[in-house]
Amino acid sequence: MAKRLVIGSVISVSTAPLRLVTPEDHSVVIQTSSQVPRIESETELRSILATLSGVDSVGAEARVAKLATRSIKKSTKMAALDLAISMVDLTTLEGADTPGKVTSLCTKAMRPSPMDLSVPSVAAVCVYPDLVAHARSVLKGSPVAVAAVATAFPSGRASLMVKLMDVREAVANGADEIDMVIDRGAFLSGRIGQVYEEIVAVKQVCGKAHLKVILETGELVTYDNVRKASWIAMLAGADFIKTSTGKVPVAATQPVALVMLEAVRDFAEATGQIVGVKVAGGIRTSKDAIRYLVLVNETVGSTWMTPDLFRFGASSLLNDLLMQRLKQQRGTYIRPDEFSGD
Amino acid sequence: MSDRLEVRKTYKLLINGAFPRSESGRSYEVMSAKGEFLANAAQGSRKDVRDAVVGARAAQSKWWSASAYNRGQVIYRLAEMAESRSDELVEFVKLSEGVKSDVAKATVAKSIDRIVWYAGWTDKISQVLGGSNPVAGPFYNFSVPKPTGVIGVIAPQDSSLEGFVECVIAPIAAGNSVIALASEKRPVPAVLLGEMTETSDFPAGVLNIVTGLTSELAPGLSSHEDIDGLDLEGADEALADELAFLAAGSIKRVLRPGKKIQKNSIHRLRAFVETSTVWHTIGQ
Repeated sequence: MAKRLVIGSVISVSTAPLRLVTPEDHSVVIQTSSQVPRIESETELRSILATLSGVDSVGAEARVAKLATRSIKKSTKMAALDLAISMVDLTTLEGADTPGKVTSLCTKAMRPSPMDLSVPSVAAVCVYPDLVAHARSVLKGSPVAVAAVATAFPSGRASLMVKLMDVREAVANGADEIDMVIDRGAFLSGRIGQVYEEIVAVKQVCGKAHLKVILETGELVTYDNVRKASWIAMLAGADFIKTSTGKVPVAATQPVALVMLEAVRDFAEATGQIVGVKVAGGIRTSKDAIRYLVLVNETVGSTWMTPDLFRFGASSLLNDLLMQRLKQQRGTYIRPDEFSGD
Repeated sequence: MSDRLEVRKTYKLLINGAFPRSESGRSYEVMSAKGEFLANAAQGSRKDVRDAVVGARAAQSKWWSASAYNRGQVIYRLAEMAESRSDELVEFVKLSEGVKSDVAKATVAKSIDRIVWYAGWTDKISQVLGGSNPVAGPFYNFSVPKPTGVIGVIAPQDSSLEGFVECVIAPIAAGNSVIALASEKRPVPAVLLGEMTETSDFPAGVLNIVTGLTSELAPGLSSHEDIDGLDLEGADEALADELAFLAAGSIKRVLRPGKKIQKNSIHRLRAFVETSTVWHTIGQ
């Protein structure tokens, strides 16, 4: 058993958790020869997680604070704003959502600024499963994907059967991406095998749809837990790991994103599998978005600087990005109500 | 030598109910009229103005949705605060403007009276500037004055308190929120008045005060698209032309400098209100 879990030896990399991506080492080195280990028991899973080093929380926070002082100006800022727009998962997850609201959201997703055709479309719209079919029909023929939150979002408090039916329905209605929540109750009470198995089961049901696994980091309490949960999700086959549902008071924070990006980097180096990261909840300003982009570039490198591997789950962020973009062009500060509300 | 450490005051900005130093970290020396060192004031930047606009925009709807009576009470409370700190105001008006004590005292008294006067106007503007219009049909037709919104004020350069009060309190009394650039060389009385708003129940962001170089700050204020009106009282003729040009980009209402402030004129109350006309059927 220990023989197959080669991951342990490679994990030693992550004992230097605050490593920089240097210009020479522009992105992580992908080991095409290695593979994601097959896990057959909770004991095996535990033995892999046991090799993870603890997160240096003071170091992580200091590093984030240091990177937040980077000044991104002029053409670089324009490029960053456009990239950020193309990475947005434009989201509406309210009880009061209507097909009309989803229609306007989709229209905005395809053409965020009708005044300026050079603005890229966003990556996806993110809705509840029952609105997927409607979103799909509005977005027909556009490059914007439809993401659905499933598995009894946001609490995840339902039986596996119900969760799988939720996912099946969303996929059948045409969802390209599924945002599932992990069972935090199981994770926090130590039943990590259950967490793992649920993700594996959902991944199977997803079929061609990409799977984003929401860790709900605000409920995981510690960075160590975030690192562990990230690994569980990636080992179980997640295409993306995502910070938050946006439904609990503590949503995405930059230190948490750093921990997740490092997990993704270590996982890629160990297994050759590239997993994306989605930060969601509480990101409202361009300044925040650009700070995340800096964090991505400095932690995992340019490979991840694409909507295929990094996303912002947000709604009001898009208007701020558009506003800052126009500010760069006009040279004056812009009225927020120049852009449509949701 | 005194056995106490000297406690020196820093004169800071007033942005959205807080007193930050400038985002830029800069400060400048303020001299008295005689050329002696008077104080260190924050030298605000474009970004301070930007932050103030965000606060002012959020505050304006809140301020206007308060009852006119309540707005009057709040402004009157400012007069009470100014009265109890009038010695300090007199001292700085005297030093800043280089006038004798009795002149400074009279100036402060007139300024406080002016605040009281405007406090009284809050619930009378709509009767005086609005009304019911005669129309040929079975309708009521009302004209109602409403605040223009967020007003940028370039406060008078010479009249450090009385002029500041005139330019700033009038639009606030009409229901606007204000971002004021205090007199560049004489900012201290304005900053003191700003401090007093904090103990007068002014909602955060209704009055924002940025100190610093007028030539640096005024263009950013004038071109900011989220400001609805501009009072150019403190700009000279050439600067006022330039600023009015910048303001045109976002079609602001602009009040040009030079009109002599007349006693008991509602000229400045009228300057930043918009008349909204409503038709309503006459019921049976």
